[in-house]
Amino acid sequence: MSILSIRGVSREFSTQSGGKTLALQATNLEVAENDFITILGPSGCGKSTLLRIVAGLDRQTTGEVLLDDKVIDGPGADRGMVFQSYTLFPWLTVLENICFGLRERGLPRDQQIEIAQSFVKKVGLVGFENHFPKQLSGGMQQRTALARALANNPRMLLMDEPFGALDHQTRELMQEHLLGIWEAERKTILFVTHDIDEAVFMGSRVVVMSARPGRIKLDREIPFAHPRHYSIKTTADFAALKGELTEQVRAEVIASQALA
Amino acid sequence: MKPLTPISTPKRIALGVSFFVLFFAVWAVATFGGFVSRTFLADPITMVKSGYTLITEMGFLKDIGMTVWRVVGGFLIAAAIALPLGVAMGAYKPIEAFFEPFVSFSRYLPASAFIPLLILWVGIGEEQKLAVIFIGSFFQLVLMIAVVVGNTRRDLVEAAYTLGASDASLVKRVLIPSAAPEIAEILRMVLGWAWTYVIVAELIGASSGIGYMITNSQALLATDQIIFGIIVIGVIGLVSDLLFKFANQRFFPWAALGKA
Repeated sequence: MSILSIRGVSREFSTQSGGKTLALQATNLEVAENDFITILGPSGCGKSTLLRIVAGLDRQTTGEVLLDDKVIDGPGADRGMVFQSYTLFPWLTVLENICFGLRERGLPRDQQIEIAQSFVKKVGLVGFENHFPKQLSGGMQQRTALARALANNPRMLLMDEPFGALDHQTRELMQEHLLGIWEAERKTILFVTHDIDEAVFMGSRVVVMSARPGRIKLDREIPFAHPRHYSIKTTADFAALKGELTEQVRAEVIASQALA
Repeated sequence: MKPLTPISTPKRIALGVSFFVLFFAVWAVATFGGFVSRTFLADPITMVKSGYTLITEMGFLKDIGMTVWRVVGGFLIAAAIALPLGVAMGAYKPIEAFFEPFVSFSRYLPASAFIPLLILWVGIGEEQKLAVIFIGSFFQLVLMIAVVVGNTRRDLVEAAYTLGASDASLVKRVLIPSAAPEIAEILRMVLGWAWTYVIVAELIGASSGIGYMITNSQALLATDQIIFGIIVIGVIGLVSDLLFKFANQRFFPWAALGKA
């Protein structure tokens, strides 16, 4: 049973010269409850555009997106989003950032704090509740952003290269961390990345998109059992799957370079 | 000296003070050395002495009080209207489209040129002073506040929407707090300009205030008093500037965090 249906969604942008560029071809994707779908593709392939359309931050030219059989029309608290850029509100502390959506829902203050505290714990930021975002490292900021999105208890989590700006080591820790949270909370996640390692390690399904204009080229189940340990990254099965996807993505990157 | 290399605080203070010392030294040499006629430029000692007389015997403190009251009064009226209007213009593009051309035009109308007209309309009473300051600061404030609010980081706006923020709470909980430190800076800057307007207004038509004292002194060729008046204005401006800076740091600690 799918909770999110993307049906024939395409996106055209108007160019400055008055022409039109097709960024995303008509795309179909069904997302089932508890899916962790990672979307791979060369830059400019429209993967972020697709995610933004699901979030309601961008509007498709054709097609429709349904969440629980309801047409998506604009952003909402049912789809939490974590961005690549650091989007914590700089004037709010960690705790107040996590409370943002809860306060918006009109929850009593003590309940807001209670929920926010539990998520502070889940993302391992105890002791940093009263820090401002600028006092945190990039990894901590993204963990707070994750907590802020999760605290709203959304139907889905949309993640747009959330670890893209982090250094390699922090990124690997964040992957394990997010995977652990997903395994515990069983959220449904759409995760855009261009890191193949990341896509295979975390995804229950990997979707590969073609060069611009983007379309879904490959949709692959990832068979590794949960809970996954980071050591699977060194197994032969992992390497084989990564090799296969690398070929697929590489072909698209080459295609997109040739286009440019 | 290496470009952009910071210097220590004691060194900075010493250098800042030494220019004042140099300034007074040059002034003293020019006047006591007889290079400049006493009629046109009083020496520093006479200036300080007559300043003392002004304050103790001629009720100059009352003049200072009047001038401060006018600046603060006119500025507060301007800010009280400019704040909501500027925020509304920054947040809502139709409102901006409606007011912006007129405000942009009015900004270039020199406030001092309105003084003769205002004297005709409301006389040389307090309303005229308040009106000059209002005209001089209101349009500037509105435009700058609108720009700051309109430049709110779009990713923060999007994050707020995905957390379930309504349009009204976006303005209240994202646009305003995000712009607040810069708005405070704008207020600080425009208050400085208001100081020049009030003096001009007092020079042309007034029966009290620092500007009035300066015009009176001109008739008596009392350059010592004129200079003392000018220095008093400078000192008050500096003090209000420091108070504003201090308040900004206190109210918006998060804004200063990144600048260090």
